[in-house]
Amino acid sequence: MLVVVLGSLPLLAGQNLVGFANMTALDGYALFLDGLFAIVAIVIVLLTLRYNQDRGIMRGEFYPLLMFSAGGMMLMGHAVNLLIVFVAIELLSIPLYILCGLARPRVDSEESAMKYFLLGAFASGFLVYGIALIYGATGTTQLSEIARKISAKEVPETLLLYAGAALVLVGLSFKVGAAPFHMWTPDVYEGAPTTVTAFMATATKAAGFAALLRVFLFGLAPLASTWQPIIAGLAALTMIVGNLVALSQTNLKRMLAYSSIAHAGYLLMGVASGNAAGTTGVLFYLVSYAFTTLAAFAAMTSLNTAAGEDQSIEAYAGLFRRNPLVALVLGLAMLSLTGVPPTAGFVGKYFLFQAAIESNLVWLAIIGVLTSVVSAYFYLRIIVTMFMREPVAEPQPLSTANLGRSVALAITVIGTLVFGILPAPLLQLVNTAVTAFGVTMH
Amino acid sequence: MNTVSPYILLSAILFSMGVIGFLTRRNAIMIFMSVELMLNSANLAFVAFAHQWGQLDGQMFVFFVMAVAAAEVAVGLALIVTVFRSKKSANVDDLHQLKG
Repeated sequence: MLVVVLGSLPLLAGQNLVGFANMTALDGYALFLDGLFAIVAIVIVLLTLRYNQDRGIMRGEFYPLLMFSAGGMMLMGHAVNLLIVFVAIELLSIPLYILCGLARPRVDSEESAMKYFLLGAFASGFLVYGIALIYGATGTTQLSEIARKISAKEVPETLLLYAGAALVLVGLSFKVGAAPFHMWTPDVYEGAPTTVTAFMATATKAAGFAALLRVFLFGLAPLASTWQPIIAGLAALTMIVGNLVALSQTNLKRMLAYSSIAHAGYLLMGVASGNAAGTTGVLFYLVSYAFTTLAAFAAMTSLNTAAGEDQSIEAYAGLFRRNPLVALVLGLAMLSLTGVPPTAGFVGKYFLFQAAIESNLVWLAIIGVLTSVVSAYFYLRIIVTMFMREPVAEPQPLSTANLGRSVALAITVIGTLVFGILPAPLLQLVNTAVTAFGVTMH
Repeated sequence: MNTVSPYILLSAILFSMGVIGFLTRRNAIMIFMSVELMLNSANLAFVAFAHQWGQLDGQMFVFFVMAVAAAEVAVGLALIVTVFRSKKSANVDDLHQLKG
């Protein structure tokens, strides 16, 4: 079904439609994100076929729940009304709460689901109250109308409007895992089944940023001078916290969770830039980050067996001797997360830093570069562990190779390398998406 | 003070009570009820603002929020029951397996 969705996207390209009482839009931006979500979901399904078998959690409900969640994410890309933003965020979150707890009766999975649920619901509370205040201040939930009314000074820029925008920002920051609203991320990522974690780390983050871009760069664009420094501050804090805490992690999955927080910081830098270059950077980075992170998690699933799931970095010692292919994929993912050329991560970071400098946020770009240097330590440590250390005395058996995972690994590796070496075709797609999005400011 | 201000004030108070309740309560059910209080304070604000603007949009929004909240309740209570079965407790302080 996902393949059908992906295949039908080119047919819709170049169209610009609105539907459902002007609440959803079908434009290049939405189609671009649809494509990303479809690819991520396909990779997750390929991985899960074997992973759930290895872990003894062959539960049929996984696949429909994944589809509901992916549907919610796609709706998020299409949303041009705050009502749809809210419905989409719930549609993508509620199935994820269940997916996190899929490995029950394992206590860590249940705990992960519970924490994600409580904090996710808390975040939706902020989001919906923020939407209520924006509605109160402007009399509409249509993003284009909000932008028009504010810039035409039809409504006063009251405290109500600012408070509403701030609450919406808090709600969405929870979803993308930006500091200081990131506390749930490591626990939830660690406890959830690995393929669900991979889905959350890539697709949920992309959906959150899709909403952030639509709401702040489109709907609330006239207030840019107010929100820009706030989002820039959040970005700086997120990059620093994510990278510094990741340094001390001994569990690979937890380390990747903090790494995903750090990358949310880089992406927020693109949002804070608030210009077309920033939007391009965010979209490009979402793709490169999705492929890279999926590669890392795909490689991780090969260390899972029915016996258990050893996530400690120690378990990866000497992996190169035991399974060179998986070690190479994981190594490539680490290099791309660090931002080493010729990987996609490098090109993505380059666009984000460039966008920040263009909008005079040089200090933010400097923090970004410095934290990237710090991040090299913990990413390269994984590579050193895998390639240069001896395996532990009694290593955990590896899951045997299978077609689904091999295809998934191939897709992610090709994505990571091709977009790093030849970014032009993807960049062209991104530019089409950004043009359709119509960033009006600056 | 216009006619809707008292309603907005009340909804702000309810929202704050929800946030404080979420942060201070330790029982999962109570935390969940605090979240519901936040959602319902937003509903009150929507209705009040809809009245102020003389529109139905805000009231329509309330139905969406109620429907979504109901879905959330179904999933949330199921999760709380699952955790209660394995932990014999609904206290969130007992959820301490994951940390680092």
